[in-house]
Amino acid sequence: MAANQEIMDKDRLVTTTEQDMSDELNLKTRKYLRGDGANLETLRDKKLKGQLAVREKLYSQSAKAAAKAEKWLMPTDEGYLEPEGLEKTWMVKQESIIHEVDVISSRKPFDMILPELGPYNLQYASSGRYMLVGGRKGHLAMMDMMSMDLIKEFQVRETVRDVVFLHNEQFFAVAQKKYPYIYNRHGTEIHCLEEHGAPLKLQFLDKHFLLASVNKFAQLHYQDVSTGVIVANYRTGLGRTDVMRVNPYNAVIGLGHSGGKVTMWKPTSVKPLVTMLCHHGPVTAVAFHSGGQLMATAGMDRKIKLWDLRKFGVLNTYSGHAQTMDFSQKGLLAIGYGSRVQVWRDSGNQEYEKYMSHAMVKGYQIGKVSFRPYEDVLGIGHSMGISSILIPGSGEPNFDTWVANPYETTKQRREKEVHALLDKLQPETIMLEPSKIGTVRPPRRKERPTKKETEEEMETAVEAAKSITFKKKTKGRNKPSKRAAKKEEEVFKAKRPFLEQQMNNDRPLKKQRIAEAELPKALQRFSRKKVS
Amino acid sequence: MKVKVISRSTEEFTRERSQDLQKVFRNYDPKLRTHEKAVEYTRALNAAKLEKIFARPFIGAMDGHIDAVSCMAKNPNHLKGIFSGSMDGDIRLWDIATRKTVCQFPGHQGAVRGLTSSTDGEMLISCGTDCTVRLWKVPLLKMMDSRESDEDYSKPLAVYVWKHAFWAVDHQWDGPLFATAGSQVDIWDHNRSEPINTFEWGKDTVISVRFNPGEPDVIATSASDRSITLYDLRMSSPVRKLIMRTKTNAICWNPMEPMNFTAANEDCSCYSYDTRKLDEAKVVHKDHVSAVMDIDYSPTGREFVTGSYDRTVRIFPYNGDHSREIYHTKRMQRVFCVRYSCDGSYLISGSDDTNLRLWKAKSSEQMGVLLPRERKKQEYLDAVKERYKHLPEVKRIVRHRHLPKPIYKAAALRRTMIEAENKRDQKRRAHSAPGSMPVQPFRKRRIIKEDE
Repeated sequence: MAANQEIMDKDRLVTTTEQDMSDELNLKTRKYLRGDGANLETLRDKKLKGQLAVREKLYSQSAKAAAKAEKWLMPTDEGYLEPEGLEKTWMVKQESIIHEVDVISSRKPFDMILPELGPYNLQYASSGRYMLVGGRKGHLAMMDMMSMDLIKEFQVRETVRDVVFLHNEQFFAVAQKKYPYIYNRHGTEIHCLEEHGAPLKLQFLDKHFLLASVNKFAQLHYQDVSTGVIVANYRTGLGRTDVMRVNPYNAVIGLGHSGGKVTMWKPTSVKPLVTMLCHHGPVTAVAFHSGGQLMATAGMDRKIKLWDLRKFGVLNTYSGHAQTMDFSQKGLLAIGYGSRVQVWRDSGNQEYEKYMSHAMVKGYQIGKVSFRPYEDVLGIGHSMGISSILIPGSGEPNFDTWVANPYETTKQRREKEVHALLDKLQPETIMLEPSKIGTVRPPRRKERPTKKETEEEMETAVEAAKSITFKKKTKGRNKPSKRAAKKEEEVFKAKRPFLEQQMNNDRPLKKQRIAEAELPKALQRFSRKKVS
Repeated sequence: MKVKVISRSTEEFTRERSQDLQKVFRNYDPKLRTHEKAVEYTRALNAAKLEKIFARPFIGAMDGHIDAVSCMAKNPNHLKGIFSGSMDGDIRLWDIATRKTVCQFPGHQGAVRGLTSSTDGEMLISCGTDCTVRLWKVPLLKMMDSRESDEDYSKPLAVYVWKHAFWAVDHQWDGPLFATAGSQVDIWDHNRSEPINTFEWGKDTVISVRFNPGEPDVIATSASDRSITLYDLRMSSPVRKLIMRTKTNAICWNPMEPMNFTAANEDCSCYSYDTRKLDEAKVVHKDHVSAVMDIDYSPTGREFVTGSYDRTVRIFPYNGDHSREIYHTKRMQRVFCVRYSCDGSYLISGSDDTNLRLWKAKSSEQMGVLLPRERKKQEYLDAVKERYKHLPEVKRIVRHRHLPKPIYKAAALRRTMIEAENKRDQKRRAHSAPGSMPVQPFRKRRIIKEDE
């Protein structure tokens, strides 16, 4: 008996581990499936339904194959920070982390003190290898972070408000005092973009090759850097703002305004796509999660709010100040204010809690925080220079060579540039939900109910009208003829909308008929021409 | 506390020697890829445009005949050769690669109506309106250098004279027999000068005959009484007869699904039937504007080519009701015969203007040996076009074909006529008692009856 039970327990154990593995595989497969399958019930074309059903099956098979191959394809592991005992993660200081970590990683955090040339802005290239540094007083430098080499350093002798890389590290754009300029990696000025005006912030839309800028007069400019065409130029109408961020998921520009509003823009519409009232005071910082469903905003009302971008509603509100915010590839949120940087982490269900904290020297004012892609490093640009600190678990450990390659060779870079230009997306394709392209259209609501249905509706309305009870009038006003007339009027009122609809369906309105008829030649210029 | 930070060593991620290949790392996580669908859509659009730029289907014409080309035959053992017979009795063997005549088989006094090749490819059988069936020996095209061979190919191996003119001939796929069509269906053996068997159902001329690729004893024939008849050689009587509203000019069996065949009809459409269920057509392929003269299936069984009296050649998918491709030239007149090459990449059409024309089956395909990367890229582009072909911009480009004006106008006219007829039927149905005018599915509409 005992032996049998043991065997049964063993079987159950085996099955539970197998189940765990299959659950894990299911989770991974769901990641690769990219959402739910198409709803094929709404299709009436049987052949198309069959073809799409076969395709859906293929998708699930390929998702399973990708989930299985994941084990072998990922050479690097994620970073982590696990405190022991009563220790909490935010109590851990950078020095203790640097002690514990290997040699290569201990060289990554640094402090570059550049006190004279003003608050510094920094940006990392999308591969995480190159960093662009711009000081307010005109100091520009580009560094290779792998070998800690300075590629180019020069002075432009003008106020520099923002720096941004273009499609690769060969070109970068600088928001100078009067206009944005585009420079080569050798520091040669290539273009002066005069149409933009005095820019406050620049952002580059990767796949569309669009450089967006917001200027002193609150005008938003989009320029295609591959052809040089100015795609759009809009007056936001909401006052000067220097809070601008591009949403990496759908390439929509989010601007934060001094009235507490956050507006989202696309290059093909004069009005913003979305306007949200986020804060009771000016918005100080905006950050977008790379998955496209989270937005973090901070305002002068000492609140940091997390928004769900599907429903455009608040998920969470925290109290705190933020001068600058950034999301990492793994979803960690870095918040910089004063001389402190805090990193928050998602503890499940979009509830963010404090993960790490770093205090710089008291006088430093943090201007910009930016996570380095594919590394566990956070770059901080402040009033006395540049620093970088280690944040374990913030970067994506495994890169894809064809998406962003930190170990790119010249040939690979050139090929990538050509392919990116061939696959350049048109500015008209920017939309709030880019995954809707090519999906099965939801079933159309019945435009006109069938005759039977309208008849039934009319009958029910007439019956309801017939069953209305009227107030009994006194003093000789309650004549039966008058009662009958009132009842008939009610029934006619109930029928009237249906009859009108019928008439409109059968015969077009007189105005339309006149238009269709031949107008005399003298009056033809007044005919309503259809807009094509 | 336990800490780990991402640290990559350069040696692990870069190649050791310059002779090595570059190291490639993949992470298929969708989070790393934004705008996937938009990029795919852009690629589909560009691929559709490029396909139209590279679409050059016409390769060349083979001229030599002095009268209209009436029939063609493929050699099953030799990809490069094709036989063609013309209305003045001239039979030629062409080398497709050089587009030149290899050999001529003179002898027929009247039009050559049917050509077929035996199973082993050694013998060519031809029949004509001069009531003769001639058997010829086929030269092996490999020995092109030794032009002076000891055999004279222009003398037939055998000439069998019979009582009536012949309209078509076809050889069994896996046996020694061949069938001719004339006033009745005759079954012959190579060595006998008289048919060994005869089939007849009704007194009308049989226009075309085809053996089934899967069942070597089943024949499909079409006659001028608008019928399609199926015979089995093992039985002494015909099996099934299907009468339609209009005459069928040619029939072809699907080589991959031998129970299905497609009939090219005079009413500008092709009807695909399943032999097991002949009361309803499987698919009606409608796109021609004039009678369809000939039909041939691709060896893959997935598409077939039709040549029609309206001077165009169309390629249809086996289960699709509209053509995927149309080929036309100003110089090509009425197309009397078409053949798909045995490797599925070329079409040959023989027409009224005495020329045979060679076309590509996929108009933008790069012929020749492709590097594996080129092939993969082409497959990817085809797949991405397939995925987005329903979207309006891509659909507009993929569907666009230039039609010659007479065909465009004729198609528009046909459409209005069909629409008018449909509207009239609808109105009649609306004004008559419900159920008195049953709706007949289109696939059944052209069939009158089925007989056993």
